[in-house]
Amino acid sequence: MTNIMTSLSAKWRLPPAWTPYVLLSPFIVLFFAFGLFPLLFSLYLSFHSWEPSAGLGSMQYVGLSNFTFSLQDEWFWKSLKNTFWLAAASGIPQHLVAIPLACFIHAAIKRSRNLVVGLYFMPYITSTVAIAIMFTALFSTNFGIINLTIKELAQLPILGSILPQHPIDWTNNSDTIKPAIAIVIFWRYVGFNIVLYMAALQTIPADLYEAARMDGAGRLQQFWHITLPSLRPIMYFGVTLSVIGGLQLFEEPFILTMGNGGSDQAGMTAAVYLYRMAFDFNDFGAASAMSWLLFAVVAALTWLTHRVFHMRNSPT
Amino acid sequence: MSANMSPDIQMSITGRQREGRTARGEARMALWAAYALIAVGSLVMLAPLYFMFVFATHSRTEIFDVPPPLFFGHNLVENVTLLSERVPFWRSLGWSLYIALASTGLTLLFCSMAGYAFGRFEFKGKQLLFGLVMGTMLLPSFMNMIPSFLAMDALGWIDQPRALYLPGAASAFGIFLMRQFVSSSVPTELIDAARMDGCGELAIYYRIVLPLLRPALGTLGLITFIASWNNFIAPLVVMRSPEMYTLPLALRSLQSPVDTQWGALMAGSAIATIPLLILFVLSSRQLISGLTAGAVK
Repeated sequence: MTNIMTSLSAKWRLPPAWTPYVLLSPFIVLFFAFGLFPLLFSLYLSFHSWEPSAGLGSMQYVGLSNFTFSLQDEWFWKSLKNTFWLAAASGIPQHLVAIPLACFIHAAIKRSRNLVVGLYFMPYITSTVAIAIMFTALFSTNFGIINLTIKELAQLPILGSILPQHPIDWTNNSDTIKPAIAIVIFWRYVGFNIVLYMAALQTIPADLYEAARMDGAGRLQQFWHITLPSLRPIMYFGVTLSVIGGLQLFEEPFILTMGNGGSDQAGMTAAVYLYRMAFDFNDFGAASAMSWLLFAVVAALTWLTHRVFHMRNSPT
Repeated sequence: MSANMSPDIQMSITGRQREGRTARGEARMALWAAYALIAVGSLVMLAPLYFMFVFATHSRTEIFDVPPPLFFGHNLVENVTLLSERVPFWRSLGWSLYIALASTGLTLLFCSMAGYAFGRFEFKGKQLLFGLVMGTMLLPSFMNMIPSFLAMDALGWIDQPRALYLPGAASAFGIFLMRQFVSSSVPTELIDAARMDGCGELAIYYRIVLPLLRPALGTLGLITFIASWNNFIAPLVVMRSPEMYTLPLALRSLQSPVDTQWGALMAGSAIATIPLLILFVLSSRQLISGLTAGAVK
């Protein structure tokens, strides 16, 4: 390889002005062929009715009817509601748990910190499908470990009055499928957020705490007046990631509901519905329209998150 | 305490000492509470993975015993045999490995080239092209689902492995990571000196820039391999026939509403997870910092 390179460059020199374009040529080709062109085609498609099996000739211009169809589609709104529910129920606890836990690890664990952080982070890199399948077994109604644990805990005096006395049919019941999905997502991503917050905690100068102690501030006050404000930029970053990620949920709900959205479509996220619209119901026009509607929602919410944190950040 | 101290001063000193002692006691209690919380949390994190490996060694009836098995059993071989009877499991493993390696190799090549161009050259259209890179990073993954199927269908790439490793090989995340690394650790002087010595432009990339990028290439390679290995949506859309299934698709096809072979399914999940755990144990620090530093996607 090296020999070819040297002999090539000896005979023929690449003009420096062309070099960046040559270096970027794979990116440019792939971007236009597999990124931009298909995306524009899906925009075009959203104004047409088409079944791919019937060939390109069968494409018919239908105006906005794919969009009006989606906006009047009960399942579309339901899947959107499910998505918001799941994004909130899996996203908010992630941060509420990750922030204090990151502080505890930061304060209490010095020597084996990498090991502990690694344990929490591990779910993030394991196969989503394997994990979702594993949780399906753990959530099993009569024999799953989660229900058995609840049953054991329900024997205890105080917890017994809170916890349900009957085993929960987690994945088949429309009331519990969403919490089940949220638990899996929480489990998978909380460690990622812990790592984010720990990285931020390391950048807070120690003399800030020293000064606060001199002024007689307790631990809680230090947390409230120093730690939390210092974490605000990373909170913005982490929450934005959770919002964007939460609105795209696909694999966990897909596996936990066996690919159909669950009974009463209670576990069907917008991305799962999008998939079904195209690949189960073969309506690529409506699916394209739906993907652009969803894109607008994600863009709007990302912008909104940005605004909310920006207002909080500006000193007024 | 000396005897000629006035009693009230003495009292205030012992008082403060006692206060200090209880405060220290409280601090120690808080510390133990923190340890306990962290430990319980780690157990919760580990338990599903642990049970996945335990269940992989038990038969379906054993898995759903009451109480469930907490330790390893003797059914691993039967589970794996059943697994390879139900689905072309080893073939799927082969495809997953092949696609992950091809994807990693191409991504490292294309992203380092692009990252070098963005990090060390001034040229017409640079702002626009870099804007496109950042733009694709912000695009939600579901936006690509239908367009990519249509593109692959038009090219006749349905059921072709290249449909999975080629389109994403110039990933925005990779280009961004490489550009950051080039800007911070490839000295301009070195490139200029090589140019003065008559080194060709591509030779500079290949012989000077690429070796300097080695740490970043390691991180990007790990991330790409893991992402490809775990990828579910793209193969779900593109790989339509069971003999072309990647591991996640093969596992998913074992799921059935009435008759799931849980032992086999758990064995398959465990086998799919082992390479990731090995990679993670070997390189967790590099992986974590790489994934969170450029955590835009």
